[in-house]
Amino acid sequence: MRIGVVTFPGSLDDHSALRAIELAGGEPVSLFHGSTDLKEVQAVVLPGGFSYGDYLRCGAISRFSPIMESIIIAAEHGFPVLGICNGFQILCESHLLPGALTRNSDLHFICDDQKVAVENIKTPWTAGYTQGQEIVIPIKNGEGSFQCSDETLAELEAESRVVLRYVGKNPNGSRNSIAGISNKQGNVVGVMPHPEQAIEELTGPGDEGLIFFSSILKEMVGR
Amino acid sequence: MSLDTVAVATANPDALQPYDQLGLKADEYASIKQILGRRPTSSELAMYSVMWSEHCSYKSSKVHLKQFGEKAPHSDALLVGIGENAGVVDIGQGYAVTFKIESHNHPSFVEPYQGAATGVGGIVRDILTMGARPIAIMDPLRFGLADAKDTRRVLPGIVSGVGGYGNCLGVPNIGGEVVFDETYAGNPLVNALCVGVMRHEDIKLAKAHGTGNLVVLFGAKTGGDGIGGVSVLASETFNDAKPTKRPSVQVGDPFAEKVLIECCLEIFMADLVVGIQDLGGAGLSCATSELASAGSGGMEIQLEKVPLRDPSLSPEEILMSESQERMCAIVEPSNIKHFMAICKKWDVTATVIGEVTDGTNLHITFNGELIVDVPPRTVAHDGPIYNRPIEKPTYIAERQSAKINVPLPSSPAEIKAAVLTLVASPNIADKSWVTSQYDRYVQGNSVLSQPEDSGMVRIDAKTNLGVAISTDVNARWAYLDPYEGAKLALLESCRNIATTGAKPLAVTNCLNFGSPEDPGVMWQFAEAVRGLADICLEMGLPVTGGNVSFYNQTGSVAILPTPVIGVLGVIQDVRTRTKMGLAKSGLEIYLLGRADANLSGSEWAYLHNEIGNFAPKADVAMETRLVNLLLEGQPLFESAHDISNGGLAAALTEIVLKNKIGAEITIDDVGVALMSETPGQVLIAVDPKNSRELIALAETHKIECRKIGISGGDALTINGAAIPLAELSQAHTETFPKLFG
Repeated sequence: MRIGVVTFPGSLDDHSALRAIELAGGEPVSLFHGSTDLKEVQAVVLPGGFSYGDYLRCGAISRFSPIMESIIIAAEHGFPVLGICNGFQILCESHLLPGALTRNSDLHFICDDQKVAVENIKTPWTAGYTQGQEIVIPIKNGEGSFQCSDETLAELEAESRVVLRYVGKNPNGSRNSIAGISNKQGNVVGVMPHPEQAIEELTGPGDEGLIFFSSILKEMVGR
Repeated sequence: MSLDTVAVATANPDALQPYDQLGLKADEYASIKQILGRRPTSSELAMYSVMWSEHCSYKSSKVHLKQFGEKAPHSDALLVGIGENAGVVDIGQGYAVTFKIESHNHPSFVEPYQGAATGVGGIVRDILTMGARPIAIMDPLRFGLADAKDTRRVLPGIVSGVGGYGNCLGVPNIGGEVVFDETYAGNPLVNALCVGVMRHEDIKLAKAHGTGNLVVLFGAKTGGDGIGGVSVLASETFNDAKPTKRPSVQVGDPFAEKVLIECCLEIFMADLVVGIQDLGGAGLSCATSELASAGSGGMEIQLEKVPLRDPSLSPEEILMSESQERMCAIVEPSNIKHFMAICKKWDVTATVIGEVTDGTNLHITFNGELIVDVPPRTVAHDGPIYNRPIEKPTYIAERQSAKINVPLPSSPAEIKAAVLTLVASPNIADKSWVTSQYDRYVQGNSVLSQPEDSGMVRIDAKTNLGVAISTDVNARWAYLDPYEGAKLALLESCRNIATTGAKPLAVTNCLNFGSPEDPGVMWQFAEAVRGLADICLEMGLPVTGGNVSFYNQTGSVAILPTPVIGVLGVIQDVRTRTKMGLAKSGLEIYLLGRADANLSGSEWAYLHNEIGNFAPKADVAMETRLVNLLLEGQPLFESAHDISNGGLAAALTEIVLKNKIGAEITIDDVGVALMSETPGQVLIAVDPKNSRELIALAETHKIECRKIGISGGDALTINGAAIPLAELSQAHTETFPKLFG
């Protein structure tokens, strides 16, 4: 099972995402921003980082890279895409997901072990969790506060498209403590916390993030 | 503006030059004339002035630093020693690790965010230049009093600068220090350490060999930032119409550096460079003269080819610009196409600006006119050397006759109050406010990070080989006795490394002192260097490199002498590392190591406005045995934590709060025991079934071993004084948010 990870200029967690896919049993494939070639992968991860230095707005420049042309078209036809942190920001800028990520409410970069609840297990990226399962994965961002219109918020909640929600103190002022959402079809998921940094006890707060990657591998069998 | 060429300089030998405004002394200027046999051109003068500055030439420290060579222990691990951009050590399995610490103190006071950011950027480029991928950052920081107004300007700026740059680079920040003392007001210390890893065969050196090889400048374009004093050449000597002097603090672009890292690593992987040097202090003049001087000597540079952000820059300014995120490589002509293709892939600007020649001199032309013609070694290495006057300061005798008079707690109420006061004090308080602004997870190999005793990263995910790093110094001990203070700093670093399960392997240092023109400061410096060289020889640890920062003083008040020591250790299997926090209830807690009391230079004394009299004497033999015990006993330990700043009281607080598991402690002479800062102590927690083995091991290694308590409960209880964890945690964690928002 080939899962791609895009490297944009300034991507930082691309290698960790590749490793997560490998640990979960998949075949990680490195994709480069400057090409439209998806190399026959069956799903793609947009990793964390500061693509283009977060200049202009986070994700605003990456959204126009050649690889995103291919990804946007594929995603509209059900191709699974997971955006993590900067990847989530790119998905919002691409309008594959609604809303926007803004400066954290305390204006600081925050790196912490964060408890979140998995509230939507119907996406191919979260199918391996149990409904409402609480997991601890790192957050590390300066612009992770999810904002959207009241209308969009009502829609996200009504359609159960909130994938992850912060448990306990809202770390960054996100509306309704939202940490991750999906599109209507559920194939495109964006999360601010970093499941790829919680894949082994040794180097993360735990290994509960690995299920994102084992879920997609399982879901794609037979497709 | 007329160009001051070599021909002009020869024709007008008596033209007045602003050498003093550039920081050169009259005799230094005279020796430049003697070297060249004529007056220097303004470009040459600019080069000499910067390369002969204290920062670049180590002119006041060289005579002392040579002890690191003279007293160097034999080490099979050392692959590249002092003198290159960073030292390199062999850690086995074909891996080489390079690490170095540098200061960026003065710029960080002027402009905290950019000063700190470019400090990180500079040290990361030093590591990259060796051919290594940067894998970890640490940042020992020191500030004036925590509640001083200026600290509220400087600290948040520096912390967000370190984070803003490091986070964007994707290099985890795994530790450091945050220390407050009034002497650092006006002289904050921003030291940044970086570790990199490579295969042995990939080590790169800053050498320009091979006639006809090309000199390539790549990375960011050159701008007017960081020119500093050199701008007097442009704005004052030539009566040019430029409005103001250029800003002297550089501005960083971490995105450009991140892309430069990936670009360089791809270039290294394809083996496309003969030599490489980063552009840091003194910019292009430093890089070209060092590359040429370490090679065969001859080099020709066409300065007008340097891509500029600001087309109005004069040749002197182009030579001196400290614009960040630039590298200079020596490339064989047959490889240049491939080199350029990789740069293009990463959108990195790369320009051939010259070539290596078979001559002896560095020639720099500007639009065909020769403006620099110098033997490169005279610029890079033959700067002045000063044997500055040294005199033991009078405060030493005054301190040594002083008595320490601080209250010590004894009743349960006093114990509780004292512990809560101590752990809430800015130097001991929880530093998460700082460290949570740094990405410690990126790269996915961080095994331990702050507040653990050392930072640890995995090098190889298959074999689990890893390295540990710690930086330490109690500057108050260095003030009372710089010789012992430097030794104790190294021993503390080694202990921190061994406490987490790694074996100390090599040393780097960042020596922060006041003005070398003050004989008392020079004495502190000489003593600290002597101490460090002695202890490294005694411990068999090579010094791989370091950095000296002088002139950290305001008026006549110097900072506490602050020799920050970094030790690198190796751990064969990172899965066996030991953490500091109590892991569960029912563990027996032992205090290992020296039993003598010491309040001198302690945090408790400092909180009572006392600094003390004598620094403790470093007990090298005992500390060596302790390190051996820690390494051998590691399988027995459930957790381990070094005792240092804040003594036992702080250490107990840290181990109970980490996992919110309390402890019941009983100890003799409780007041002294809690507040004493005795070097060479470690807290160990073991399963009761292993206690006999621990005691036997301690006997074998002749280390004193006392059982002081047992883990469990929701309070830290010391001789009957119960401090609920919630209350302890509140005291420990609320200080920084209260101070800095």
